[in-house]
Amino acid sequence: MSLLESDRELITAELGREPTPAEANLFENLWSEHCAYRSSRPLLGAFDSEGSQVVIGPGDDAAVIAVPEPDAADTPASERTRDDYSETYITLGIESHNHPSYVDPYDGAATGVGGIVRDTLSMGAYPIALADSLYFGSFDREHSQYLFEGVVEGISDYGNSIGVPTVAGSVDFHADYVGNPLVNVACVGLTDEERVVTAEAQQAGNKLVLFGNATGRDGLGGASFASEDLDEDAETEDRPAVQVGDPYSEKLLIEASETLIDENLVQSARDLGAAGLGGASSELVAKGGFGADIALDRVHQREPNMNALEILLAESQERMCYEVAPEDVDRVAEIADRFDLGCSVIGEVSEGNYTCTFDGEVVVDVDPEFLAEGAPMNDLDSVAPEPAEHDLPDADLDAAIEAVIANPNTASKRWVYRQYDHEVGLRTAMKPGDDAAIMAVRETSGDADDTTGAGTGLAISSGANPNWTTADPYGGARAVALENATNIAAKGAVPLAAVDCLNGGNPEKPDVYGGFKGIVDGLAEMCADLSTPVVGGNVSLYNDSEAGPIPPTPTLAMVGTKAGYDAPPAALSGEGELLLVGDAGDALGGSEYLNAVGGSDAFPELPENPADLVATIAEVARDESTLATHDVSHGGLAVTLAELLTADAGADVAVDDAVALFDETPGRVVIETTDPESVREAFDGVAAVESLGEATADGELSLTVGDETVELESEAVADLRDVIPETLE
Amino acid sequence: MTVAVIQFGGSNCDRDAVRALESLDIDAERVWHEDGLPADTTGVVVPGGFSYGDYLRAGAMAARSPIMDEVRDAAADGTPVLGVCNGAQIGCESGLTEGAFTTNKSARFQCEHVHLRVERADTPWTEHFEEGDVIEIPIAHGEGRFEITEERYDDLVDNDRVLFRYCDADGNVTDDANPNGSTHNVAGILGERESVAVLMPHPERATLPDVGGTDGENILTGFRA
Repeated sequence: MSLLESDRELITAELGREPTPAEANLFENLWSEHCAYRSSRPLLGAFDSEGSQVVIGPGDDAAVIAVPEPDAADTPASERTRDDYSETYITLGIESHNHPSYVDPYDGAATGVGGIVRDTLSMGAYPIALADSLYFGSFDREHSQYLFEGVVEGISDYGNSIGVPTVAGSVDFHADYVGNPLVNVACVGLTDEERVVTAEAQQAGNKLVLFGNATGRDGLGGASFASEDLDEDAETEDRPAVQVGDPYSEKLLIEASETLIDENLVQSARDLGAAGLGGASSELVAKGGFGADIALDRVHQREPNMNALEILLAESQERMCYEVAPEDVDRVAEIADRFDLGCSVIGEVSEGNYTCTFDGEVVVDVDPEFLAEGAPMNDLDSVAPEPAEHDLPDADLDAAIEAVIANPNTASKRWVYRQYDHEVGLRTAMKPGDDAAIMAVRETSGDADDTTGAGTGLAISSGANPNWTTADPYGGARAVALENATNIAAKGAVPLAAVDCLNGGNPEKPDVYGGFKGIVDGLAEMCADLSTPVVGGNVSLYNDSEAGPIPPTPTLAMVGTKAGYDAPPAALSGEGELLLVGDAGDALGGSEYLNAVGGSDAFPELPENPADLVATIAEVARDESTLATHDVSHGGLAVTLAELLTADAGADVAVDDAVALFDETPGRVVIETTDPESVREAFDGVAAVESLGEATADGELSLTVGDETVELESEAVADLRDVIPETLE
Repeated sequence: MTVAVIQFGGSNCDRDAVRALESLDIDAERVWHEDGLPADTTGVVVPGGFSYGDYLRAGAMAARSPIMDEVRDAAADGTPVLGVCNGAQIGCESGLTEGAFTTNKSARFQCEHVHLRVERADTPWTEHFEEGDVIEIPIAHGEGRFEITEERYDDLVDNDRVLFRYCDADGNVTDDANPNGSTHNVAGILGERESVAVLMPHPERATLPDVGGTDGENILTGFRA
């Protein structure tokens, strides 16, 4: 890929001359779809990103959100005022590393983790949690398994080494990811009012310091590589565009960053990601309304004889660009030295153009504003998808239950999260395998060393559902937002904010662009209905190959809060009554059931009062009489019950028909309670409450559907749910 | 009076160890390896993580860093030294303890809770337990399989150096309860003196009551002795 002819003409007109080779490459990368969002930005205005909790919204390396005081943490965000928030902040960011993870799953996924962690550091935050949402082709294909194993190992090796726990996420398999797996990584960081740093240059005359690893020739042109379809031979041809990560350096960078922030040495910061030094340094100064003078020869290099273009655009990992006051430069260099990291003063912030010299020659001299914001937007045609017919087959109940429970999408993901260190940092109160993770943010209690549970619990949920958004991009994306909110609410927390990662195929295909529009609008609308600001995100298009486009995939990473860190588990105690709260949409479109037995149906209608519903679920989950909670989603009630089953506790449940058992309408939760009356009262006028039967003390699940009964032993269910290790080990 | 928690490049459980010790009112501080042990050091934790990226062999580089000479001297003088996870690998590599910790039988990283049987209750690390007690502590490692020659293992047993073994919830030392294929289910061992111990499981992750179990608390209180 090279610079588009129309772009070249525009640039030539602006510069009054032909761009130099370095400039042409810089524009090609920064004006790529990956960096400039040329096809998606016209749509992204749909998102509501404001709220009293939002300190820094979209546009920086990561968003910054205020954490509510513990006594306001249970109150829905829409009812809080600014005073309800503490001086403790979190950062939220998400990014995709899709194309690199296809070419080289281990390094592609690892560097995805590294990138989002540096986005966190550059806000002056310490990373406290990671969430990964992963999507692969059909699980029964060997190549999907190879990619899956490589990606999980890459995340595991990198995330574990740097000491950031991976606490949440999702894994989905769908035939249409066969040529394009997705790796979406979110990071939560912790900072406060005093420590926050932005990516906005502050003052002309300040020094620009390149900090961290040396620059090599790896990852050249990654941004433009991420902005085109994958060719059939991508696995061999595109390896030079994949960066290689070094978690040891990243860990040193984390420690050095803490020291730099402690000593207040950073005026502004941007991590080096897509388009390397050229991207980070030009964006940093442009955002502050400045220019820069950079001498590329001063960059510390790993390889001899690198040229200007390579130094400017290499995507070597574990590097940061800092704006540092001239008097602080020596101290910054000392800190780099202490942590065995490189450090070069490469130039300074200026009032003029963004210029780079190399070997005494000016190789870049452009208006930084034009470089950062000048890319023309694409006006693309779109076609909305056709609604599905209602055509349900007759299916054998036993076989259907077994197929749905043993489907890799609904099966246990323990094989995955066991490979992630999810406890380092001593904050993980609710661990992976439940609806949402809960992290202890003790700082809001006024005592960071408190161990009595007096702080704010931060719930984290991340995921999407490709079956849903394939069946109905708009409705499916609304459902994805509601499902993440329900995950959080089922653990007693109310939503605080979200970031999205919007993945699509080639937008130049009208049906692909139509589906992409659908997920943007659906996600934006449901998040607005939930009063949950979408404070940042990432767009990844051109996930397209010989095998066709991916399903439109709107990964949402949502955080919520509650007072304290305790929550009812997604495991039955055997001592209460089982209730199903929330209204079913009575349709099976996009369900694992149809996936297993064939047929088609409309996507279910979603509730009209999602904010009330979510707040009420959270309130009931926090009640002492609530013994267990688990949301209904992938696989429907059948899977929810199978997951709630333990060796010592089971349930006798009766429902009317297969639709009731396999309907995946989100916004529903199974609650085991000793006080069913108070649950009914709480949901009066909000949503339906249906009695499912009594929990039992025997580790058996008895499911009656109409006049048919299926008995499932906990051990047999555990075996069915173990399909991932059974297949891979 | 402070427990020095040594921070190598790549250590990542140093903050956690300090937090856990301080929650028990044991004074502790992070010490950057190049700065050496503070003069008032009363105990040493070599914490978990991936020192030097584990690039040569887990713990091998850190074991050869100058501060480990100081740690060996302190250990010989009777200062309590506890190596956890990567710290256990460093302990073996630096000769504080016998044997080695190497790649898990699964060849994968494993983060999960396991049960340990207390094999000796007369050390600073286990004085609040009875021999045979079963405790629940998390592991998080890719290279935690304890390896030693049979002959040296016999010496370890003869000298009563085995501190913890992996077991099931009822205290049975079985293959199924062995998470990583460790020789004879060994999870933690003593050095020449009882005041020196290394173990793969993380007691500091089972200390703060607001995020889970507290069975690790009574191991860390060994620094009070």
